[in-house]
Amino acid sequence: MPPVIEVRHLSKHFKNLTAVNDLSFTVNEGDVYGFLGQNGAGKSTTIRMLLTLIEPSGGSIELFGSSLKTNRKQILRQVGAVIEKPDVYKYLSAYENLQLFARLSGVKPTRELLMAQLDMVGLAARAGDKVKTFSQGMKQRLGIAIALVHEPKLIMLDEPTNGLDPQGIADIRNLILHLSRERHKTILVSSHLLSEIEQVATRVLIIDKGKRLVEGTAAELFDPSQTIITIDTTDNNAALQLLLQSKWGSFVQAQRNSQLILKLDRIQIPQLHVWLVQQGIGVLALQPRHSLEDYFLQVTSQNQHVEAFTN
Amino acid sequence: MWKLLQIELYKIFRRPRTFIAFGTIAALIIMVQVGLKVDGKSYVEFMISTLGGSLDVDGNIMNGYLVCYVILQMLLVNVPLLVTLIAADMISGEANMGTLRLLLTKPYSRTQLMLAKFTAATVYTLMLLVWLAFFALLVSMLVFGTDDLFLFKSSYIVLIKENDVFWRYCGAFCFAAISMTTVAALGFLLSVFAENSIGPIVATMSIIVFLTILSTMNIPLYSAIKPYLFVTHMNNWKEFFDQKVTAANEAIPGSIQNLPKILHSAGVLLVHIVLFVGTAIFVFRKKDVLS
Repeated sequence: MPPVIEVRHLSKHFKNLTAVNDLSFTVNEGDVYGFLGQNGAGKSTTIRMLLTLIEPSGGSIELFGSSLKTNRKQILRQVGAVIEKPDVYKYLSAYENLQLFARLSGVKPTRELLMAQLDMVGLAARAGDKVKTFSQGMKQRLGIAIALVHEPKLIMLDEPTNGLDPQGIADIRNLILHLSRERHKTILVSSHLLSEIEQVATRVLIIDKGKRLVEGTAAELFDPSQTIITIDTTDNNAALQLLLQSKWGSFVQAQRNSQLILKLDRIQIPQLHVWLVQQGIGVLALQPRHSLEDYFLQVTSQNQHVEAFTN
Repeated sequence: MWKLLQIELYKIFRRPRTFIAFGTIAALIIMVQVGLKVDGKSYVEFMISTLGGSLDVDGNIMNGYLVCYVILQMLLVNVPLLVTLIAADMISGEANMGTLRLLLTKPYSRTQLMLAKFTAATVYTLMLLVWLAFFALLVSMLVFGTDDLFLFKSSYIVLIKENDVFWRYCGAFCFAAISMTTVAALGFLLSVFAENSIGPIVATMSIIVFLTILSTMNIPLYSAIKPYLFVTHMNNWKEFFDQKVTAANEAIPGSIQNLPKILHSAGVLLVHIVLFVGTAIFVFRKKDVLS
């Protein structure tokens, strides 16, 4: 599948804060790409850079094979987005909001089209009501209808389940699956709710403090025969060097701040342990992780602990 | 661009707050018209007495033209606030609602968006002035009739023949449109820096009040900068009502005493509009939209 999003060495600095740091990733056509990270990890900043709301400090972004910087208008015609809160004009009705944004997106807003979109997100019965009377979940659904009204090829959803009740979260999840499977959209969805991403994403990228931690297909990350392990040793730097120079090097997933995160078959774990000891490395802890949530918490919290320690 | 402008105008005129300005202007004008209809004679007598003499005039002094002039003198000071309510909200209001993000993900450049928004704010300003002209001039002409225009200046009276007045009002309203658009441009510029509209509205009015005070102070230190302040030029719509006179001190119909002054002031105001809007676009193009 051809790449729809190609991000290379992207960075963004705000005065003393580095929000995104040398981030690279690729989203292929048809992917539901889960963009994971804790609050403040840099997900929203990255998505805003992909939508030209924020100017990158460095790096490059290509969408549909074209530079976003030089082909912004043509690219944005093919993109629909919901950015955090789906804020719309509260003094207009759902129908009027959708009509307005459809026109802005270059679509002739026929009544049939608009009502079909509202029906898809379950708002047809409230089409004429002012948005100020809507709940957060209804606004979120209207935001998604607005994002989809011009039939974009790429949809970016930044924390789409924020503020929703369990039913609303399930509705959004089903909608994402419908858009991916039935309408063949490429979707980039960011969230800090791992369970949501776990159920819809075909590929997942985890970032922390603006840096890429790990990326893989959902199958790779959740393959029951494969296990993510984190290792703490008496000398993590030396262990890392040894691992990278050995047959174990290809299993290393992350090497941030000397933390060792590997993905390998469960059966290989004892062999790795023995090998490390044979190399003179004392193994203090070797922890298998099975779920993405565990894994996510592990890689992000270890990153924080190590940075606190090294600082 | 045309589509963007249509959408911006649609948004402005779907907001209830937009019509507050139109309602306020109508209410104030009607109030003045009722007052002058009921007690206009006393008003004229008072104005004559301030000149320190007596004056016998045949005809209808308190006619629609004088009523309009009285209204403009009172109202054109307050119209900037009504213009600012919308202009200073154009960007900051969208940022506050959170809709700016969504707008900027649409396939238009930021410059196009800004030009459409400023044009929409200008259309609103012009419509406000047309509304003002309709009530202040046309309704007054209907209610009070027309006759020669007597203007009571501080130490003299200007008399303009009935058939020489209407075009002067047209000119005055055109000049007022440039003045008010300058105010709109200032509010528009300040709205780029804020994420709610209160700040830019208060800041715009504060700047106008501050500069107006500065421009009326007769202190040599400030005299040098007065010609460059836009507020110095905003009230020059009144110049349309001063006529040239012959050597025998007779007014020349169809003349304006100091046309170059009007043109110079209009030029200064237009330069300010370009500067304010240009700066707003420059800043907005560089701005990271976080709200």
